[in-house]
Amino acid sequence: MPESAHSLSIPSATQHLTKVRRFVEKHAHEARLGEEAIAHIKMAVDEACANIIEHAYDNARQKISVFVMVDSERFTVCIRDQGRSFHPESWSEPNLFKIAESRRGGGLGVQIMRSLMDQVEYTTQGNMNEVRLTKFRSGRPGRNGGKTA
Amino acid sequence: MGRREKPHETIGNMSNFSVGFRAEAHIRILDLKGELDAHTVSELEAALQKCREDKNHHIIVNGAHLQYISSAGLGVFMAYIEEMREAGGDIKIAGLQANVYNIFDLLGFPLLFDIVKAEEEAIRKFDADRKDKNDS
Repeated sequence: MPESAHSLSIPSATQHLTKVRRFVEKHAHEARLGEEAIAHIKMAVDEACANIIEHAYDNARQKISVFVMVDSERFTVCIRDQGRSFHPESWSEPNLFKIAESRRGGGLGVQIMRSLMDQVEYTTQGNMNEVRLTKFRSGRPGRNGGKTA
Repeated sequence: MGRREKPHETIGNMSNFSVGFRAEAHIRILDLKGELDAHTVSELEAALQKCREDKNHHIIVNGAHLQYISSAGLGVFMAYIEEMREAGGDIKIAGLQANVYNIFDLLGFPLLFDIVKAEEEAIRKFDADRKDKNDS
């Protein structure tokens, strides 16, 4: 059972990303996480939401739900959408030099999530997609045991 | 009189991010301030687009007041770096705060970009590059 749980719902538009960052930052501070862990969580959540806005919803105005759950072992953020599903098995680590050669930015969001969080898990049930980002309080090694499931 | 031209023309004051322009001889310096994310990134794109239109290919991005950067912001640097280098210039990144530098470092950006501690160092490097070209 989580010791505390909080939720936020935003329209899927980039102008609301600041609000999401502030939301997770506030609860991570309340959970007494370290500054580095807070910065990592904030960025990973930002990347997850930005990916949903661009790829799951194709910039159409829909809803994104963000849930923060805190217990004695971990700080977890679940982000839900009802757009196009992401298939982590089709993802491969981007090559910076190739991205630069192609003169397109982009493609770094998933790598950032994996690098910054201890666990990144994707699930889809019916028309609901969820990405679950976990940071262990013990700071257990993990540079993402980075499992993307 | 210093080399410095008129201080600040600013793009984008509607958000918590802005880009200020300065010039130092042939170098264009972009002062980033605030939080650069998928929403505010269009302001950085506009700034680099303006450099391209003005044929300024020697660019220093001063990140001393950049508090946050997401992959959207990082992607813009990646989108322009090859073009600037092909035109004989570069994008050098200077003065990043530790938390922002850590993100660049984590993703391996120091392999691709010239990232230095201070703007002055970036200017010296551009000056040295120019001298080398003139000498050769």
